[in-house]
Amino acid sequence: MTDHSLTSELGGLSYDPAPESASIARLQPSYGLFLDGEFTAPESHEQFASLNPATEETLATVALASSADVDTAVACARRAYTKVWSKTTGAERAKYLFRIARLIQERSRELAVVETLDNGKPIRESRDVDIPLAAAHFFYYAGWADKLEHAGFGASPRPIGVAGQIIPWNFPLLMAAWKLAPALAAGNTCVLKPAETTPLSALILAEIFQQAGLPDGVVNIVTGDGTTGAALVDHPGVDKIAFTGSTEVGRLIQERVAATPKRLTLELGGKGANIVFEDAPIDEVIEGIIDGIFFNQGHVCCAGSRLLVQESVADEVLRRLLRRVDQLRVGDPMDKNTDVGAINSAAQLERIRELTTWGEEEGATRYTSACELPDRGYWFAPTVFADVAQSHRIARDEIFGPVLSVLTFRTPEEAVAKANNSKYGLACGVWSEKGSRTLWVAQRLRAGVIWANTYNKFDPTSPFGGVRESGFGREGGRHGLEAYLDV
Amino acid sequence: MSIAPLRPVDARDRGILVPAVVSIPTIHNEDELRRYLSALSGVDAVGVESRVAKLSTRSLKKSTKLTAIDLAISMVDLTTLEGADTQGRVTSLCTKAMRPDPSDLAVPAVAAVCVYPDLVAHARRVLGDSPVAVASVATAFPSGRASLSVKLLDVAEAVQAGADEIDMVIDRGAFLAGRWGQVFDEIVAVKAACGSAHLKVILETGELVTYDNVKRASWIAMLGGADFIKTSTGKVGVNATLPFALVMLEAARDFAEQTGQLVGVKVAGGIRTTKDALKYLVVVNETAGATWLTAEFFRFGASSLLNDLLMQRLKQRTGAYVRPDEFSGD
Repeated sequence: MTDHSLTSELGGLSYDPAPESASIARLQPSYGLFLDGEFTAPESHEQFASLNPATEETLATVALASSADVDTAVACARRAYTKVWSKTTGAERAKYLFRIARLIQERSRELAVVETLDNGKPIRESRDVDIPLAAAHFFYYAGWADKLEHAGFGASPRPIGVAGQIIPWNFPLLMAAWKLAPALAAGNTCVLKPAETTPLSALILAEIFQQAGLPDGVVNIVTGDGTTGAALVDHPGVDKIAFTGSTEVGRLIQERVAATPKRLTLELGGKGANIVFEDAPIDEVIEGIIDGIFFNQGHVCCAGSRLLVQESVADEVLRRLLRRVDQLRVGDPMDKNTDVGAINSAAQLERIRELTTWGEEEGATRYTSACELPDRGYWFAPTVFADVAQSHRIARDEIFGPVLSVLTFRTPEEAVAKANNSKYGLACGVWSEKGSRTLWVAQRLRAGVIWANTYNKFDPTSPFGGVRESGFGREGGRHGLEAYLDV
Repeated sequence: MSIAPLRPVDARDRGILVPAVVSIPTIHNEDELRRYLSALSGVDAVGVESRVAKLSTRSLKKSTKLTAIDLAISMVDLTTLEGADTQGRVTSLCTKAMRPDPSDLAVPAVAAVCVYPDLVAHARRVLGDSPVAVASVATAFPSGRASLSVKLLDVAEAVQAGADEIDMVIDRGAFLAGRWGQVFDEIVAVKAACGSAHLKVILETGELVTYDNVKRASWIAMLGGADFIKTSTGKVGVNATLPFALVMLEAARDFAEQTGQLVGVKVAGGIRTTKDALKYLVVVNETAGATWLTAEFFRFGASSLLNDLLMQRLKQRTGAYVRPDEFSGD
């Protein structure tokens, strides 16, 4: 064994803070519900605070919508559907969607700052991923609005009616765009319920709808907690429920929607396998693993939270991966050089802690980045578990945090078997320089999305969604229209 | 699975670990070389380019920016490689190299001046015993289309005239035709002709085109004894790019970890602005790390870059831009 010594420390050039300015957000102290094109106080006049998870400071208070408010919102959406939106031509609807897309681009810096303040994700990601992709979704579906008869769903596909849409906190604006853009293009009206901890960017989006002159009531936004979401799900005036969130809540929703005329699409949890073969391009593999699990603090339903690496290269991959993990810049999300930001909420931090404690108790080897964490706010250092067995909880349960479980395999058959041995089926990655093997593996994986030699790449033209406990229905692409058309 | 060398978590583990004893594998024949290169993992073009795009968004401010600008100045190989070069031009280049900004003596000298072989002796005289090195292109630069004996004579004369560093070109034709052994043998021969002079091996990445080729050529050069691997001559359409630099830095890092030998990287051609130079430094910083962030292991082959660095340096210090004419043309 050769004696090794440290030659070079990565990150030798330390970067001075390069913070984006919080004042760009121009947040108001409080926000009402967005009903019939106007910000309106909730019936109960009850407000709740939205926190900055990086500082635990209150950013603004937002209205807590009761079931009476949801009632009003659905009534507004129904009226707008019957009187206006169902009579608006596809080309007219496209005009509004194009306007919205352009306005998102124009206000992109403000939206990125709001998103980072409210969610805790690094400004680099909200600036370079969330906001541009949100605009791209509106642009993409604007293009479909007057071409629905060519989408492959019949000669004159019709909208469903009023869609109730419940979105998660991990990509607040992007998830709003994924839901609203196809729904509006297809001719539906919407009641959107943003996540309790991240309501603010949707309210800026409401301002954009006003700016764009979107007819009143076509989109209504009800902020609130789980009870607000439940009221929306149970509302008899809603024709369709679209939900993105945890499998647990998705199951409840499916139970409540059962035996009603409501349509349902669910985009739920995942435990994505990132499969690395021995011939894979190793430096890009490391970046792909990092993007797969540490992008957005691992708060990604399709995160590559299970690394399946071929035994022959496992040591080498792990060695390089750990070095790279230590190099991640964790801290102030508003700093343009931050790679990993804050955990979105105290509750989520608690869940991540609980599951990682399990990982240690079950005997996996824990490696945690030596990064320093801020004193205030919700933080979790990037963590890798090696020596993970298929039976460990950290290999089976969705952690939804910056925690990677590393497992090994010997043959392609074993890789496929391990990857598929999960209750989820949202996304997988395959890394190999051999195209035939990639295709062989991809055909056998049971997951909605499979990436080859990349991970966590999104595009509005590409359908996204899961199988098994990861849900059903597709968002994005031509397929994404189906969820909002009467086909 | 064992990850023993990196446990427990310790500051000492957070970087590039190299064997304490240098041991470069001996390549006996072309088959061995081919086997060696075939064992290298491939490079995924999409991944390389997206990594570089991400690193390019790093924001260097305040004291970091000043440090980086001074570092970049100290890494410049101030270059003139024109048919029209004269002793007079080389004199002014050398003067500028030693004292880039005569109004501010805190500005570091550049690393080297880089000239054609016939001007080496003159450059050497002007530079005297200053720390600025004389680098000379050789081996029938830039095409490399000459017999080995001509190339070796070219090198020997430059070294004889006082060159501290030799920038050779590889035979791209031989490389692309798959005659990797010939490329390797030439490098070994040139290295021998260099004597104590440092050898920089120019891959001409713009002619190798693919990242896989650049990675293989980097390894051929390092196995052949290169002290530096260099992107380009500056004489073809595509010169240094960030993705090429990333691939070469990764190769240099991996070579160090395998052999214990540290090889430098020089990017040349088309780098004209401070903004560009800082992007390269970020890539060095986050790929090979602190050791490579010195003129000993990273260089910019450039001419107009220096004035932009000086201008940005002054802007950082005074808050105001000055006219370009505040600095000498060369």
